[in-house]
Amino acid sequence: MAHALEINELRKSFGGLPAINGVSLAVAEGERRLLLGPNGAGKTTLFNLITGELRPDGGAIRVFGRDVARGRPDRCAHLGVGRTYQIITLFPRSTLAQNVVLALLGVSPRRWDPLTALSAHPSLWKRARAVLGRVGLAASAGKPVMETAYGEQRRLEIAMALAQAPRLLLLDEPFAGLSREERRDMQAVLGAIPREVTVLMIEHDMDVALSFAERITVLHYGQVIMEGTRGEIVANPRVREIYLGE
Amino acid sequence: MKLGAPVFAVALLLVPLIPSPYYVNVASQILIAAVFASSLNLLVGYAGLTSLGHAAYLGVAAYAVAWLTTLGGLGHLAAALVALAVTTATAACFGVLALRGTGLAFLMITLALGQILWGIAYRWVSLTGGDNGITGLTRPQPFGFDLTSPGAFYYFTLAIAAPTAAAIALYVRSPLGAAVQGTRDQPRRMSALGHNVWMVNWITFVFAGTGAGVAGILFVYYNQFIGPQTLNLTNSAEVLLMVISGGAGTLLGPIIGAATVVILKNVVSAYITRWVMLLGAVFVLIVVFMPEGLGPGLHRLWHTRSKSTS
Repeated sequence: MAHALEINELRKSFGGLPAINGVSLAVAEGERRLLLGPNGAGKTTLFNLITGELRPDGGAIRVFGRDVARGRPDRCAHLGVGRTYQIITLFPRSTLAQNVVLALLGVSPRRWDPLTALSAHPSLWKRARAVLGRVGLAASAGKPVMETAYGEQRRLEIAMALAQAPRLLLLDEPFAGLSREERRDMQAVLGAIPREVTVLMIEHDMDVALSFAERITVLHYGQVIMEGTRGEIVANPRVREIYLGE
Repeated sequence: MKLGAPVFAVALLLVPLIPSPYYVNVASQILIAAVFASSLNLLVGYAGLTSLGHAAYLGVAAYAVAWLTTLGGLGHLAAALVALAVTTATAACFGVLALRGTGLAFLMITLALGQILWGIAYRWVSLTGGDNGITGLTRPQPFGFDLTSPGAFYYFTLAIAAPTAAAIALYVRSPLGAAVQGTRDQPRRMSALGHNVWMVNWITFVFAGTGAGVAGILFVYYNQFIGPQTLNLTNSAEVLLMVISGGAGTLLGPIIGAATVVILKNVVSAYITRWVMLLGAVFVLIVVFMPEGLGPGLHRLWHTRSKSTS
């Protein structure tokens, strides 16, 4: 089967401290993969390396067969990689719709247009509202981000990634800080992601994450210590030891 | 508020009816400064890049027109177009250098580049006339109109300044303008969304340079003289003050800032010898009471007042 993401012997150090220390993994197209590991395991660093925000010290990253190890984040987005951030990274003074429009523009040639008013492109705004509808935020489309609740901002993060119709979606702790009901909403949002989209998710909440992902990769100190199905991971004594603290 | 724009437009057209040519000239200066400040506002307000070398582009365009129409023997229209091209090219090169950094690094590089041009203007006597600058410039006669009178030159300035301001307004409201403001607030996010942050900033830098070039052409025709003091750091600082005092990141702010500075400089200096001190005091007051600038500050005051009266 074709791979959406292939990582080979990836290494990245910060000031001599290895954050990613020879990671190899492959995610098949359409797969839902969970990235598990304690704090400091290198999960977010791995995301930053995939999207080009960080340069690897060594190793290869292939996204849909294309080498992106020396790529730029904007080019990566054009290859069809969408991502959300663990720490919410939105445009707080803009409305939800404006945030999504920026996401839509990012993968549209229209982003270079200096000669027409942005407000004069009703199709963009219509699409933005449609995407907000998919995550249950249609009613708040005109509200500035800073006036919305934290849970709504988490869903907006997802909406901005979905707006770009990514083929590979990197979700960095989408459930972080959400209440019980908000978790249910988020689960519904993630469940509605089209099947053909490959999803790689970092999440600590085992219950929601394990029900979402088919396969799990466990990272520890920048290394893959185990990869397998939910049952294999939960049964593995080493994983229980370092991650579940038993 | 709907009446604001047409009233403002009519007021702009009626300025030359002021009997004193002195005040008509002040109005022309305000228009030129407004174009200059609005172009810098693209960088400072919308891209979040504080430049302390914006006089460079005004100066390059002014020197180019002065040199081309006197020593170069070019016609006015050709000279203006060549001057704009030279200014844009200068901004394109300087942008590549300055955008290696952001924040303080960007500010220092723009300052250094501006000082280099000032040094060239001052020292390369055979090209720039050195300290004496370039004189002997005549105003153009578009379609046979004589621009020697303050009123005629005011209309000429307005005819150039208004479309330039409109182009700047369109730019910040365009998709590219939205990207510029996005990169100001969340560069990492914009990059991850597929926007080329560097290129977006560079295009804005070049456009800001071209805008300052338009101001430079008007400036040199207004003064009919150009000297190295135009490229002085104080000029770059002054236009930055116009933007910040008027309200960076708003379309009207730099225009209000330009009017404030030009009026203080020209009118108040006629009555008070220590006008520079007064200018300083006014800026301190603005920063203390309206840190967001005069434009947004007055807007806020107006709204709180109309709310409390209703």
